[in-house]
Amino acid sequence: MASGAQGAKGTLYRGREGMWSWVAQRVTGVLLFFFLFAHVLDTALVRVSPHTYNQVIGTYKNPVVNLLEVGLVGAVMFHAFNGLRIIAVDFWSKGPKYQRQLLWVVVGLWAVLMLGFLEPMMQHTFHEWFGW
Amino acid sequence: MSTATVQEHVETSASGKAGIEMMTITVRIRRYNPEVDAAPHWVDYQVTADPTARILDSLHKIKWEQDGSLTFRRSCAHGVCGSDAMRINGKNRLACKALVKDLNPTKPITVEPIQGLPVLKDLVVDMEPFFQAYRDVKPFLIAHGNEPTRERIQSQKDRDRFDDTTKCILCAACTTSCPVFWADGQYFGPAAIVNAHRFIFDSRDDGANERLEILNDREGVWRCRTTFNCTEACPRGIQITQAIAEVKRALITRRVI
Ligand code: HEM
Ligand code: SF4
Ligand code: FES
Repeated sequence: MASGAQGAKGTLYRGREGMWSWVAQRVTGVLLFFFLFAHVLDTALVRVSPHTYNQVIGTYKNPVVNLLEVGLVGAVMFHAFNGLRIIAVDFWSKGPKYQRQLLWVVVGLWAVLMLGFLEPMMQHTFHEWFGW
Repeated sequence: MSTATVQEHVETSASGKAGIEMMTITVRIRRYNPEVDAAPHWVDYQVTADPTARILDSLHKIKWEQDGSLTFRRSCAHGVCGSDAMRINGKNRLACKALVKDLNPTKPITVEPIQGLPVLKDLVVDMEPFFQAYRDVKPFLIAHGNEPTRERIQSQKDRDRFDDTTKCILCAACTTSCPVFWADGQYFGPAAIVNAHRFIFDSRDDGANERLEILNDREGVWRCRTTFNCTEACPRGIQITQAIAEVKRALITRRVI
C-alpha cells in the first residue's frame, strides 16, 4: 500500500463478483502452482528409483489425500472456466457487459461437474468411511 | 459505541415544510492528523439527517456543529467537480451523490479516505500521483498537418465511439478502488486509461500510437486484472473495464476502431 498512514484496520473493500472471482482465480492459480511443483518432484522420483516412487505414491492412498484431490479438481475446474471468462472479458466485445452472467455460468458448470466427479472420485473413501 | 442509532422523530424544517422524517445516524469517520496522530483511527459522530439527503450534508453538519477540524474536500456538491470521492461503507463513492437512505443508516456509516494515495489529513489524500498518471497519457488533442480554417468536422458515429469516456470528472474513485493500484502505485490506473481512450478513439486525433505505446508499458494497461471494481465505483457510470479492454485490443491488433 502506498501510504503508511492508511495502515491496518480500514474496512475491507466491498467489491462485487468481479473482485471476488479475481481473488479466487489468484488463490486457485497459486494452489495449482504448488500442486504442479510437488507433482514434478514426486514424478521425478521414478528416475531416482521406481521402488521409492511406488512407496511415495503409496502414501497418497488414504482418504485425506483423496479429499485434497477433490479440492484439486475443484480448483482446476474453477480456474480453467473462470480463465475462459476472463479471456471473454478481454477479447469478446460484449464480455465486460455480461461478465456477471458469465460468472454464474462458470459457477453452474463447476457445481454440476463437481457433483458428477464426486462419486467416481470418492468411491473408495465412501466405502472406507461409511461402508457404502 | 452503541450501534442502535435510529431514533426516528419528526422535525419541521426551517422552511416550515412539515413531514420530513429526520433520523439520528452514526457516522464513523477514519481520522488522521499527521501533527498529533501516530496512526489513523475511527471516531463516531451522531448527527440528525434527512434520509433523502446526501452523506456530504452529514459531514458538513459534523464539521460545522461538532468538530471544525474534520477535513475533507468538496466543491460543487452536485457530482460535477470530482472533489469528494471517499470510501463510504466500504465502497468508493462521491459523498455528494451517496444518499443516507441507501447506506443502511441503522448501522454506523463508515467514511474513510480513498485507498492507495498518501493520506494528508482525515479524508484528504495527495492526488498528485493520480494527476501525474493522467498527464502522462497526454490528455489533449494531438493533430498533425495543416490547421483547418473551420472546426474539425466529425460524424455523429465517430463522436459516439468515445462518448462514454468523455464523461470522466477525474474523481479517482476508480483508480483507488483497484487492487492492482493498491499493491503497485506505479500502475497508470483506470482513470488514466479512460482519458487515453477518450483521445485514442477520437477520429480527429493523430496521437493514438503515441498513447498506445505509453500504455504498453509494464505499468500500463496489461496490469489490469478485470476485477470490475473501477466500473462499479465510477459515479459517471463509465464502462471502464470495457474501455480498458478496448485499449488492450487496440494494442494487440494495432488498429483503432
Ligand atoms: C487450465 C488451464 C488454465 C487456464 C485456461 C488459465 C487461465 C488463466 C487466466 C485467464 C488468468 C487470469 C489472468 C489475469 O488476471 O489477467 C489466470 C490467472 C492465474 N493463473 Fe492460470 N490458467 C490455467 C492454468 C494455470 C496453471 C496450471 C497455473 C499454475 C501453475 C496457473 C496459475 C495462475 C495464477 C497464479 C494466476 C493469477 C494471476 C493473477 O491473478 O494475476 N494457471 N489463469
Ligand atoms: S472514470 Fe469515473 S471513477 Fe474514474 S476518475 Fe473518471 S469519473 Fe471518477
Ligand atoms: S463535491 Fe463536486 S463531485 Fe462531489
